[in-house]
Amino acid sequence: MKNLKMKKEFKVIADLLPINTRVLDVGCGDGSLMDLLYKKKNIEVRGLELDQINVQQCIHKGLPVIQGNAETELHQFPNQSFDYVVLSQTLQAFYDPEKVLRELLRIGKSVIISIPNFGYWKVRTKLLFFGKMPVTKTLPNTWYNTPNLHMCTIKDLFSFCDEKKIKIKKVIGVNEDKTSLIKRSNLEIKNLFSKLGIFLIG
Amino acid sequence: MKSKLENIKKIIVTKPLKLDCGKTINNFPLAYETYGKLNKDKDNAILVFHALTGDQFVSGTNPVTNKEGWWVTAVGPGKAVDTNKYFVVCANVIGGCMGSLGPKDINPETKQPYGLEFPVITIRDMIRAQESLLDHLGIKKLLCATGGSMGGMQLLQFCSTFPNRCFSAIPIACSASHSAQNIALNELARQAIMADPVWDKGKYFLKDVQPKNGLAVARMVGHISYLSEKGMQEKFGRKLQEKADYEFSFNADFQVESYLRHQGYAFVERFDANSVLYITRAMDYFDLSKQFKGGLVEAFKGQKTKFLIISFSSDWLYTTKENKDIVIALNASGADVSYSEIVTDKGHDSFLLQVPDFLKTLKSFIDSMYEKFKNEKRI
Repeated sequence: MKNLKMKKEFKVIADLLPINTRVLDVGCGDGSLMDLLYKKKNIEVRGLELDQINVQQCIHKGLPVIQGNAETELHQFPNQSFDYVVLSQTLQAFYDPEKVLRELLRIGKSVIISIPNFGYWKVRTKLLFFGKMPVTKTLPNTWYNTPNLHMCTIKDLFSFCDEKKIKIKKVIGVNEDKTSLIKRSNLEIKNLFSKLGIFLIG
Repeated sequence: MKSKLENIKKIIVTKPLKLDCGKTINNFPLAYETYGKLNKDKDNAILVFHALTGDQFVSGTNPVTNKEGWWVTAVGPGKAVDTNKYFVVCANVIGGCMGSLGPKDINPETKQPYGLEFPVITIRDMIRAQESLLDHLGIKKLLCATGGSMGGMQLLQFCSTFPNRCFSAIPIACSASHSAQNIALNELARQAIMADPVWDKGKYFLKDVQPKNGLAVARMVGHISYLSEKGMQEKFGRKLQEKADYEFSFNADFQVESYLRHQGYAFVERFDANSVLYITRAMDYFDLSKQFKGGLVEAFKGQKTKFLIISFSSDWLYTTKENKDIVIALNASGADVSYSEIVTDKGHDSFLLQVPDFLKTLKSFIDSMYEKFKNEKRI
């Protein structure tokens, strides 16, 4: 699932993280991001991953990983025990994203969340002109088999953080290989042209 | 069997060992076996802790029983724990009956076998005795230590008591403290032995006999707890043992009965009844958090060892939850910990069987730790 395009996302996340920190990667997949962070930035990484094959991949790479469900098992990590907690493109797949987000903010001093942006223009036009749920490269599933229960836009997550009084430190929009800083002043336009939104909060 | 026991490897531990019960033992034998070669840098050593009815003969052929080693599925040339690459060491626990000091040995004070005069030992006593073996072999730091069931319990205690002795550790299907259910099942095993009149308050050795019936029942209890309900149903179901219909008797009509009887009576050939009492007691007394006022998190404070905890989905003896509690404590102490739950119907026994996901995970971890260990030493 984490194809070449995702690697840009990982690069952006890696750039956001200072060296020699402690990072928890929630839903770490096969450990690609952890491997990058460990090798390039000497970051002390830990992963949480549900899928057995992915867990085996991480172990094979010598990366510490705990098999478990982020929705129900984040309680095992102590308060503020990591400098950063990373959640890549899974917030929308939880039954209770707010609860998970609260947990992430409890565990990490800062949190990095990336979301597939439902406000991206191609997504909007698909729904507008074809009247069908959008299927794109970043949203490859159809309505009946998508794991994404709570799709949102970059703008939605902005408002959510404001409403819940969560501090937004930095937001980066990603479209293919291009990245751009998203601020309140350019939010409308970036919300239209970013495939992914990467939020540094907490 | 006695003459065969004389030819196995053992050291005499001269350093006095103060047991948790207050008594001290010294100049006692500790039997062990090794597989593979210790390399020049002495960084390829893996210590295996055996379970309740195990012994030091992990792989190859057990020279005493002439049966396969108890962990041939995982340990041997080309196996997950590859003895072409690693030096594997396993010692018989004290209290056992495969050459290490146990209740069937002669008590120097009475010149008779100890029987129930043998001091009650604990998991911590077992691992303290085994530390002497590492000193004897000249191994300062193990690449890895592993063990399932009681072996995992010994390993948790070993890491807590000797925090600098393992680079990595793989406790498998175990618990940081014996649950009420664990204690109850062990009590059932002990009561079966003690209810056998041949047991005679542990003095059966005077007549050179074993309380076979009691010991066999004790083993049957164990075997039920090692399988899962589903695994048992699939393996045996209601199949009859070499007969077309019920015999209307109390012979072993069902395959599952025949299996239990076979396991029970095969066990009697190789194990000492009093050893079962002592070792199960040691397991029951095991509660790592009790040794630390702050609980289990304190037990792992400052750990540099890299852990991999493995549990099996259908294990009801040492459940996933109990294994996860260890993970949670390690996490809370800031230790480097990985965890995997292997999905299988094979119950607690899974760690001894051909369970590919398990063996693959075991191999991946050990091989990656070997690379890390070598790199760390280089820096």
